Amino acid sequence: MEHKMRKVLAEFSYALKPIEKGYNRRSLYINLGDRVIKEKPVTDLMIDKFVGGKGFDLYLMWHGVKDDTKWDSPENELCIAFGPLCGNTSYPGSGKSIVTTISPLTGIPVDCNVGGHFGPYTKFSGFDALELQGKSDEEVIVYIDGDKGVVKILSADDQEINSHIFAERLIEEFAEGPDKFQFVSVVSSGEAANSALITCLNFSFWDKRRKVARLKQAGRGGTGRVFRDKKIKALVVKYSGLKVDTNNSVDLETLQKTGLKLHKEIEAGDATQCHMREIGTAHLMEIMNDYDLLPIRNFKYGQKPEAITLASWEFKKLFTQGMADGCWYGCSLSCCKAVDGFLPRSGPYKGQPVCVDGPEYETAAGCGSNLCIWDPKDVVELNFYCDTYGIDTISFGTSVAFCMECYEYGILDKEKTGGLDLTWGNAEATFEIIHQMARGEGFGKIVGLGVRRMKAIFADQYGADPKLLQDIGMEAKGLEYSQYMSKESLAQQGGYTLALKGPQHDEAWLIFMDMVNNRIPTFEDKAEALHYFPMFRTWFGLQGLCKLPWNDIEPANNAETDEPAKVPEHVQNYVDIYKAITGKPLDKHELIRQSERVYNFQKVFCMRMGGGRRIDDMPPYRAVGPVTEEEYLSRQERYDKQLTEKIGIDPTGKSTSEKMAIMREHREDQYRQLVDSVYRRKGWTPDGFPTVEHLKSIGMDLPEVLEVIQRYTK
Amino acid sequence: MKKVLKTYPDKCIACHVCESACANLYFRIDDPERSCIRITETAKLPEMNVCNQCETCVAACPTLALTITPQGVVMVTKKLCIGCYMCVAICPTGSMQTYHGGMHPFKCIACGVCTKSCPVEAIRIVQE
Repeated sequence: MEHKMRKVLAEFSYALKPIEKGYNRRSLYINLGDRVIKEKPVTDLMIDKFVGGKGFDLYLMWHGVKDDTKWDSPENELCIAFGPLCGNTSYPGSGKSIVTTISPLTGIPVDCNVGGHFGPYTKFSGFDALELQGKSDEEVIVYIDGDKGVVKILSADDQEINSHIFAERLIEEFAEGPDKFQFVSVVSSGEAANSALITCLNFSFWDKRRKVARLKQAGRGGTGRVFRDKKIKALVVKYSGLKVDTNNSVDLETLQKTGLKLHKEIEAGDATQCHMREIGTAHLMEIMNDYDLLPIRNFKYGQKPEAITLASWEFKKLFTQGMADGCWYGCSLSCCKAVDGFLPRSGPYKGQPVCVDGPEYETAAGCGSNLCIWDPKDVVELNFYCDTYGIDTISFGTSVAFCMECYEYGILDKEKTGGLDLTWGNAEATFEIIHQMARGEGFGKIVGLGVRRMKAIFADQYGADPKLLQDIGMEAKGLEYSQYMSKESLAQQGGYTLALKGPQHDEAWLIFMDMVNNRIPTFEDKAEALHYFPMFRTWFGLQGLCKLPWNDIEPANNAETDEPAKVPEHVQNYVDIYKAITGKPLDKHELIRQSERVYNFQKVFCMRMGGGRRIDDMPPYRAVGPVTEEEYLSRQERYDKQLTEKIGIDPTGKSTSEKMAIMREHREDQYRQLVDSVYRRKGWTPDGFPTVEHLKSIGMDLPEVLEVIQRYTK
Repeated sequence: MKKVLKTYPDKCIACHVCESACANLYFRIDDPERSCIRITETAKLPEMNVCNQCETCVAACPTLALTITPQGVVMVTKKLCIGCYMCVAICPTGSMQTYHGGMHPFKCIACGVCTKSCPVEAIRIVQE
């Protein structure tokens, strides 16, 4: 085997043991600096208070870092954990890993939920979490052989690290023959992660039908940069023993029965609901455009006739259909679409056929409509290069959109961009940015720093107006916004900016409930939603689950239930499968409580690292209302009506700028009131800090947590 | 040419002998829940459910545990099966079977043991 040629820098053997009710009760610690490899016990306290997945990640990180740890401090950790439900093959969407680290973009913990086979295989190899700390002095590969019970740190002088090639090479190297490729999974980043901050990790799974390594991304917050800063080229796991009962559930029959019920529901309903099996999340493109919510020109507009060229049926023409396209076994929602044999027209892989995973909605909107790039093939090319270079498509799209708007205003010009013409829709210039980002040079290197740092550079070095940059730079806490236009939905504004890691839609996606269906009209209603949904969605991260099978398919009678937005039958499914795997009692209330403990712990962790304050929950005004006159005028009828009906001001005779000022004052005040309501509902002070009483009430009054709270509330 | 089990409900007398024969061959147990062929008695003709080898399930299998023989028979390779039951859900005729306490789905492979047991020739192996 070729990997025998690699130098073994450290080696650790461990006892192979069966999982007990979803848990191994041990984690794997690796220090890249001193090359210590050891196992740590997973304690009862960890299971009781932190459950698994993101909870274990945060617990391990908390005890690994110091108060002043930065993203590039040696003690910063990159943790990957899986959760007790992770890896079961019966219930759709059960193969997720959760990655956490101190983010290069935000300086606080970031968490990413990612598919692929690495998580379940590592769990079945014997560990409930993987904790990577320290920095290596040479490039390394970490190899977990879950068949033999051996962990190795191997030398890695490989030249090619871009994931679409590197992942495949490592699978070939570590698998025992082509018929065993599906038993190996690789985590890698790419060239861009050597210098760019908006970089991600690629988790592979071997697609047996296409005979190619597919890649899923732990995208947000710069996980790729931390990975490469530690000089890790790849993590490789091999595990060959997957069976239906590998998770050692206490009640396999209930698990299978519940999974089969959902499989049948997906089979019956997907074609008339979200079409996930046909087109994945890209089905949202035309819906968002129809509802004036698709980000266009750096979130300035929500709708354009041109956007029809990026409708899902256009992507469907490029996707290979009719395959089992799940990122983990047993997911019949099968949203992982792919473009096979795509021929890039730029960059180092120009003209070479490649398999591109996606694009998903976020990529199509971020690298398409938000930049006014209207050719689906250009979007696929950006998707490919982002993935293989290890760049987060969301942060990339939002960062380039910010640059294009700055170029429109003259803040940037060709001299500052090194000759790049960043007019809207210039795909060639966007390709060049991404290649520069990979090479770590030119203007692309600046874009790779993300919006917050670009704002400082443009203000300091180019004399740009900081207030305008703050208004149009779509970041909060340092993280770039994901791809929904939130300015017409107050609840979604909160959903974004109140998200602990930064503006990502995976805590609360309330646009339709709030703006379209008007189901949460009062501040209290919105606060309740902004409490429930972040807690509910946090639970997926504790368990190793995907969110999509929760509400991207619904029971046929869901609309007739008391709380259709919660999809009560599916909530019960989760309660049932949790009990079936772990044997522990749970109901829908304790489910929320499990999340609440970890959510508040993460909030306090943010405070410990210097974030988590009210000021960190403030959005850029572009996320709240119209920044520019043309933006106001694009929705003048709606806005004038709001002035009359919501604010009681007659717009007649007022200039656009006067109306905008009134509108802004009102909207910012509304946002402040929303934050007050949400903090109250969450058990937090007006400053955004959990109260001691609340922490006690949820059983999270751990001494180390209270110590941080006391620092902030003195 | 595809090898399939063809049913003739108008001849079926719902004696369930075919179910016994199938379960005994497959699982060494006389339990209709373990039979690949299922006979349901109704007010009219008995319903005879058996795989027609349509291959719909093959495309759904994430591990390629479902394959097609040269005779067109869909087979489950237990060694590769991870028991997800996606094939059970997608089967348009409800002929991919499960049983209480089972880990893998099972199905008719047109072996013909049931035809030999049927007293009224309500099931036959045919080439389509």
